[in-house]
This record gives sequence, structure tokens and C-alpha cells, in this order.
Amino acid sequence: MDEPVAAQAAGTAVILGATSALGQAVARQLAGRGQPLILVARDDTKLAAVEADLQARGTTVRSVVADLDDTDRHAGLVEDWSAAADFYVFYGSLPDQDAAEADWSVAARALHTNFLSAASLLTHIANLCEQRKSGRIVVVTSVAGDRGRQSNYVYGTAKGALSLFCQGLRNRLSKSDVTLTTVKPGFIDTPMTAGVPKKPAVLWATPERVASDIVKARDKGRDVVYSPWFWRIILFIVCAVPERIFKKLSM
Amino acid sequence: MTRYRSWGYLPDVEQQAHVPQWREDTPALLRHAPQHGATRLAFGAGRSYGDSCLNSQGELIDTRSLARFIHFDRQQGLLCAEPGVTLAQILAVIVPAGWFLPVSPGTSHATLGGAIANDVHGKNHHRDGTFGRFVRSLQLLRSSGELLDCSREQNDGLFAATIGGLGLTGLVVQATIQLIPIASSEMDVQVRLFRGLDEFLALSAQFKAECRYTVAWLDCAASGPEFARGVFLAANHAADGPLEAAAGHSRLAVPFSLPKWTLNRWSVAAFNTVYFNRHRLLDGKRLRQHYQTFFYPLDAIHQWNRIYGSGGFYQYQFVVPLAARDALESILTRIVDSGMGSFLAVLKQFGDIDSPGMLSFPRPGLCLALDFANRGSRTERLLQDIDDTVMAAGGAAYPAKDRLMRAEAFARYFPRQEEFSAWVDPHFSSDFWRRVHG
Repeated sequence: MDEPVAAQAAGTAVILGATSALGQAVARQLAGRGQPLILVARDDTKLAAVEADLQARGTTVRSVVADLDDTDRHAGLVEDWSAAADFYVFYGSLPDQDAAEADWSVAARALHTNFLSAASLLTHIANLCEQRKSGRIVVVTSVAGDRGRQSNYVYGTAKGALSLFCQGLRNRLSKSDVTLTTVKPGFIDTPMTAGVPKKPAVLWATPERVASDIVKARDKGRDVVYSPWFWRIILFIVCAVPERIFKKLSM
Repeated sequence: MTRYRSWGYLPDVEQQAHVPQWREDTPALLRHAPQHGATRLAFGAGRSYGDSCLNSQGELIDTRSLARFIHFDRQQGLLCAEPGVTLAQILAVIVPAGWFLPVSPGTSHATLGGAIANDVHGKNHHRDGTFGRFVRSLQLLRSSGELLDCSREQNDGLFAATIGGLGLTGLVVQATIQLIPIASSEMDVQVRLFRGLDEFLALSAQFKAECRYTVAWLDCAASGPEFARGVFLAANHAADGPLEAAAGHSRLAVPFSLPKWTLNRWSVAAFNTVYFNRHRLLDGKRLRQHYQTFFYPLDAIHQWNRIYGSGGFYQYQFVVPLAARDALESILTRIVDSGMGSFLAVLKQFGDIDSPGMLSFPRPGLCLALDFANRGSRTERLLQDIDDTVMAAGGAAYPAKDRLMRAEAFARYFPRQEEFSAWVDPHFSSDFWRRVHG
């Protein structure tokens, strides 16, 4: 195994889930600013393609092949990144809601990947940042986590739990000058949502658009950001509907 | 099913499209036979004006996610990338490193794949030839699943067919191009006003040795003594200055399709007059411009094609041999008389450098490109008429701009089309190909 990259220049951003559409889009924007990157993903071929792309765009890149579902590895991984400045959490999976209802193991896997493993990573990252009193963390959750609805509550639960976890961390870390931004995208047109009908078209955003919002939010040290912005209003309305009415809807 | 359209907004078709995310997934995608024996075609940025990028009876392979850089050799200026990368994205990376695109079409929003498929040309044809001349190699995926390395040394027939081949030979999954070195992102530009083709030709001859880039904007609404008046621009990359890529986001945008009556004989004439008069102040002057302003002035206006309204527009671009310059004048006269021409007319002189593709459009002569608002059959008749003149003069029209080319015209414009059709992938086709070839 390579020696740890602790010696790498500070100012590095760690992209967790670098082969996801959002991960690639954000990495490109950061590469455009010349920020050194550490890319983390499961698939080594895809990771190599992303690394080559970012290197051509003019920044130093290092790849780490890791399955982030394996929480035992988290402590070691985060220690390798102890000099990094920014951490972006992008990885996730969208389970088939029907399959998850019929089979608990499908739901359990979704909860593990989207919540438990992310929480584990964030625990190590938060401890690191708190100790050295610096760092910016960005976590992508989802508008699905704002309210449980029949069509996607397994995914919604994982993302909602993660949003809550991040909220607690944000509270704790503010005493150490560490920012944690929660980004809640609405519908994004990516491979993860390939099976979802893209209607109404006006509500679907490109990964580039959301990536732009993410980088801006990180720069400004924002707390909770909806992307695109209009989802904040939509969710405000959705959350305002009384439960006795909402439970009868078919959203 | 998604809506796909080309830049001319006609036709506007709902098509089945695949959006491969990774190069490695494409062989499986192509091997997997589509429903009902439908054909396929790669789709880049849809900057072609007509139907050469559409396949309404089949499927599209949308390359928007196959948009990665693969390798950039900063010392030698060699760039290898996936087909969906846009020329603007390439410039953003290569300009700060002191390199530039060897040939630039009128928009930087076109993709690398599109630049190869149309063997695009720019303002430096007399000096450098077409884009295809700078393609070192490409990797082509055929529907059989075969991945072929093509260059002048290897699979050279397929290489010559793919350059300018309108995507019909298969899917280009990566290409390597040779860039040109620059010392500055600024351009040294000289401006000259002219009236009449004779003055244009004289300026062309005068500047072609000293300037890498030359182009003229022609007024197709002026008649009488102002007939064929225009602004001639000659430029070189500046010898010194910053190396800054363009800003990226354009602020100006046409937010929605304008009503059809916005563009008419009088508004166009008025616009052109203002344009010509503003340039009077610059006549004989030398200026410095950022490359973005010189090469891609229209990119600054996001969705400028909406100016023509939801009915869309036709763009027609043709070349006639220098000896047939009277044909060009007669065509211009007909356009002025019809009052249907628009403001965007570009006049260039192509040089003698051979184009490498079997279906390449650029050849020696005078080239004129312009738009026509869609006025239905009146416009079509004018265009057929112009097409007849071009054919009789031994010229050619440009498939990237075309929607009306007939089979007979196609055969005359592209003498190597039989040789080309042997290389067409049996499971690839396009609306354009079906119209001109059947």
C-alpha cells in the first residue's frame, strides 16, 4: 500500500463518490480552479478515466479505490487524508422502493450505504477537523429527506437521517471553526435517476447546475442549501401540509 | 423518448436516445441490437443546422456524458479526448497552457465529435485547411462491436470516410488532435470596409500571406451602389499578451422565440446599415480582440437561433469555384431582391489545401453562408433556385447546414460519395443520409 498522503499539499479536496455524476461535475469545477484532488470510488477503471480527465484539466489528482460500504476501512482512509482541506460526500444509491418494501435486505442495504456508512465516515472526518480546528465539509443529502412519502421513504429515511446527523455535527463543529454544508438537491438528471420519468421537465436539473450550487455553497460556508433554489419553497409547502391530509395523498 | 432538435429548430423530433456514461460501456451498447432494426446516430451538441445530426426513424447516441479529456501533452500540443467535449471546454484547458485549436468553426459549443464529423473549416482555410487535417488518430466503434484505431497509417480508408462522414461510419469514442502554439489569447485584427466582390477579392489577395485568419461579413440586404458591401477582417494571434481562456457564461440570452415578423426586409436592412456604419469608424484600423470575440461572436448570445422565431430558419452555405464568381453575384442579387436574406452572411475564400475527408465540403473557391427565416414554400423555392445555380457552376453545398439537398445534388457535390457509402456502418443512418442516398 502507498505511503499515506498526509504529506500532500494542504488545500486538497477529497471527493467521496468521484465516479458519480455529481462527483465528476464538482471535481471538474474544482480542477478548473487548480485545487488538488483525492478521488474515492469503487470501480478502478472508471476512476482512472475520471483521474485522466481531471489531470488534463490541470490539477494534481490521486485516486483511492475503496468500497465505502466497508466501514472498517474508514478510520485508516481518513487518517491518510489528514492534510486535506475539504471533504465532499457524494456517493449513494437509489433503491427500488417496491423491492425495498417487499424485502428488508434491500432496504437495509440502502440505509447502510446512504446513511450508516456516510455517518461513519463523517464521524472520522469530524474528529479530524475538530482536532486541527479547520476544514470544510459538504454532504449531499436530498429533498427526499424532508418528509416521508409513500413513493420513496426508504431513500428518504436514509437521506433524512443523514441531514439530521449533519445538523448535529454542524452544531458541534461550529465551536472549532469547521463548516459543514448540507446540500439538498431536487431531481437531478443522472444515471441514478435513469429509470425515473423526467416530468415535469422544468424541475430536472443537470449535474453541472447542481455542482455549481455546491461549490458556491462551500465557498460561502452556507449551512443548508437547496439546489436549485426553488426546491426550498416546494419543500416548505410540502412540509406545511398537515399529516392527516398528507397521509391520504399519493405523492 | 426525448426531444432533440438541430440548431435550425427544424425538425423537432422526439427520439429514443441512449446516453452512455463511460467509454467502456459503448461496445455493449452498440452490440445490443435496437428494436425493430432501428438505425443509430451519434448526437453531440446539435449545432448542425439541418438534419444531418438527427435520426427520426431510429435512435440517437447522445455523447454528452462522453466528454472527458483523456490526455493532454502540454509539450507537444497533442490532445486526446472523448467525442462529447466541446471546443469551448477544450479551449478553457489549452489556452492557459499556450495552445489553440488549429481550426475553429463559428461556434465553440460544437463538440470534438461534431468537428470531425463535419470536417469543419474556419477563417484560416487558405493557410491551414480543415479540422480533419489536424486529427492524428481516432478510435471508431462499429455496430459489430469492433473498436478500430484509425489514422493515415492504419485503417486509412475508414479514417478518410469518418472525417466529414457525418457520423455515419460508427461512433467515435476518442480522438487525438494536434494543437497550434500561441503566445497570447488576444488577436491582432485589421478591419477594412469594401463594396463589391472585386474589392473583396483584392483584400483577400492582399492579406492572405500576412494574416492567418481572414473573413468578411457581407450585407445581403443592401442594393444599388451599396450592393455587396461588407466588412473584411484579417487577423493573427497576438505576439504578446495574457493567456486567458474565455469567461464562459454568457450574460446575453434570447429568452424565448421571437415573433416571426421581428425579422423582415426592413429590420434586417436597418440592422445591416447600423453594423456597416459602426465599422466605418474602424476602417483601416488595427485592434486587439480576445479570441472569443474574433472567433465566436455569436456564442455571446445564448440561443440566438430564437431570433428567427419558433418556425425556425434555414441556413445555406455553398462554395463555387473562383472562375464562377458571376454565379455568386447572381445568387447574391437574387437574395437581395427577394428580401428574404438575414443579417448573418459570411463570405470567405477557400484555398487550395486538400480536405482529407471523402465527404469534405471545403474546396477552392468563394464560400458564402447565410440564414433565411422560414417563410415556407417561398424560402424553399429560393433555396432550390440557388442550389440549381450552385450545381450548374460546379460548386457544392455544406451538409452541416443543409435540410433540402436532393439526391442528385448530393451526387454532384460529393464525387467520392460512392466510395464513402461502402464505409457507412450498416446500422447507422441519419435523416440527411436517407434523403440524399436512400
